[in-house]
Amino acid sequence: MMKGAVIGLGKMGLSHVAIVGAHPEVDLVAVCDTSSLVLDAFKKFTQVNTYSDFKELIDKEELNFVVVATPTRYHYPIVKYALEKGLHVFCEKPFSLTTAEGKELTELANSKWLVNQVGYHNHFIGTFRELKRLIKAGVLGDIVHFTGEAYGPVVTKDKGGSWRSKPEEGGGCLNDYASHVINLIQEIIGRPVKASGSLLKSIYSKGVDDAVYGSLILENGISGNLSVNWSDDTHRKMSTTITVIGKNGKIICDATEIKIYLKEAHKKEGLDKGWTMKYITDFAIPVNFYLRGEEYSAQIDNFVDCILNKKQSAYNTFEQGLYTDKVVEMIIEDAKK
Amino acid sequence: MDKVLFGDNQFFAVNHASDEKARAQSIRFKEDAAIIKVLDQAIDLGINTFMCTTHDRIGNICEHMRANPSKYKNFNIYPCMPYAHKYANAVTELGILGTIKQYVPGNILGTFAKGGMAVLNKDFLKLMELLVDAEMKMFKGINTPVIFIQNVIVDMILGMKMYDVFKAYDAYIREKYNAEPGYITMNMPALLDVLNSLGIENPIICSSINKIGFRMSGGVELYEKYLNEKQFRPIAMQVLAAGALSPKEAIEYIGQFPKIESVLFGASSKGHISETKELIEAALNK
Repeated sequence: MMKGAVIGLGKMGLSHVAIVGAHPEVDLVAVCDTSSLVLDAFKKFTQVNTYSDFKELIDKEELNFVVVATPTRYHYPIVKYALEKGLHVFCEKPFSLTTAEGKELTELANSKWLVNQVGYHNHFIGTFRELKRLIKAGVLGDIVHFTGEAYGPVVTKDKGGSWRSKPEEGGGCLNDYASHVINLIQEIIGRPVKASGSLLKSIYSKGVDDAVYGSLILENGISGNLSVNWSDDTHRKMSTTITVIGKNGKIICDATEIKIYLKEAHKKEGLDKGWTMKYITDFAIPVNFYLRGEEYSAQIDNFVDCILNKKQSAYNTFEQGLYTDKVVEMIIEDAKK
Repeated sequence: MDKVLFGDNQFFAVNHASDEKARAQSIRFKEDAAIIKVLDQAIDLGINTFMCTTHDRIGNICEHMRANPSKYKNFNIYPCMPYAHKYANAVTELGILGTIKQYVPGNILGTFAKGGMAVLNKDFLKLMELLVDAEMKMFKGINTPVIFIQNVIVDMILGMKMYDVFKAYDAYIREKYNAEPGYITMNMPALLDVLNSLGIENPIICSSINKIGFRMSGGVELYEKYLNEKQFRPIAMQVLAAGALSPKEAIEYIGQFPKIESVLFGASSKGHISETKELIEAALNK
């Protein structure tokens, strides 16, 4: 059995505890958080060892990997310490607060051949994978435009006060919500090299953005728009959509369906002229344990599988997470202009 | 339990196949009267159980039911708690302690308040009871013979291996509400094993059951083995696999398992409700 620990027990951390804990190849041996309330719950109800100091956890426990799900500003010291001790690391998104830190961590992980993965879970949703495949297969012909959108009800009134509302700790809609969309665009359509017309809007928060709008220009010359708002309560939960427009048609993809419109049929893919609908039921990745969506388990399955088979992840490497952080910086710089 | 349980996803913009359809539903059911109208149609068709999330708006529906006692006297609600997005969004915004402060009755800082004491003493099971009571408040005076915990919480506790919470929940629901505890899960085989290990026998478990294995963790074969061999009271949900299966083939599949006591489904039109109800009853009466 492989041994793992989860550091940071907020919403994502607790979800990781459950998923790692249920994994048949893994023994979850320890958890770490600064909240005594949460640690006491673990002490009372579980067998895992609890720590309030991540260094102590890493030093004392015999581990193969750690999952880091703390607020973003703690990613750097924790991930660095874990990598130096030779542990494989799964780190929540966004990866790092500054690209200098992210670069150092990426180089360290790669130089030690340690499996490294960032929690951009949308890549483990079957519909987004299918979108990537269809674009690669060229069903749209030359691509002319894309739109990346995400909306949800995180900050919907004037108060609030966790780290997510502090810019210096990696809070804000750009870091939290928009990073998912940027990462999807980056891996599915192409890496952004320039941001323009960026607008960071505070709606209810003070000091951080609640909405992000603007244009991105990709390395392959394709350009498109970003439209993300986490203060939108017309959505029950975060909903992310990528629309890609090509000379031969358009694809609209979200976590549940793919709508394809083609001017001309694509025989090889069996796609008719006009609209074709595809649903998540045909693309969901099978998992042994389900919590809140297959993607959360599937990403941990992938991480564990990479460790077991001594290979690097094909999805969400630190390098990819770092690139998303670079685009976030581009947008911040552009918005200041 | 009735063979046919009427669900509420269609009322609250939950659609596992399409965000767009979900939005259309949220427009259609903007007014509580629209929900009540469909519920009344279901009742006219002989459906007597509504299985619903403890969404704020269900409080209004309960209010309507209390105001018309003769009309709803034989009607049951199976509450499913909590409405998880409420808490999930609150945790993102306020953190875990902030969320407890917001939802546990009583001021956390007031040491004399029940909720405050439970937090200060880290009495987690007491906290669980307070949260259950807070969620159950809206159902006062309504028949709630089965009370469920939602899959997000069940599966979270299952994965974290905090099994004593199940034990405490089970006992509390029986004792305080004189009701049968129910469990919704996406991990039925694993959950049943755990509940049995805790001495909880023959539990009511609501899980996805469909022939394509959609949202059935562990796979179709394992689910079928449990449905054929184990002792529990299964409720089938997501039988249509988010629309991937036709009602007829979906419900025929359910009919193969005599142990399945009920099927949970939601629909918005009278014709659709009637058709699905007949299919379910025909399949489960075999």
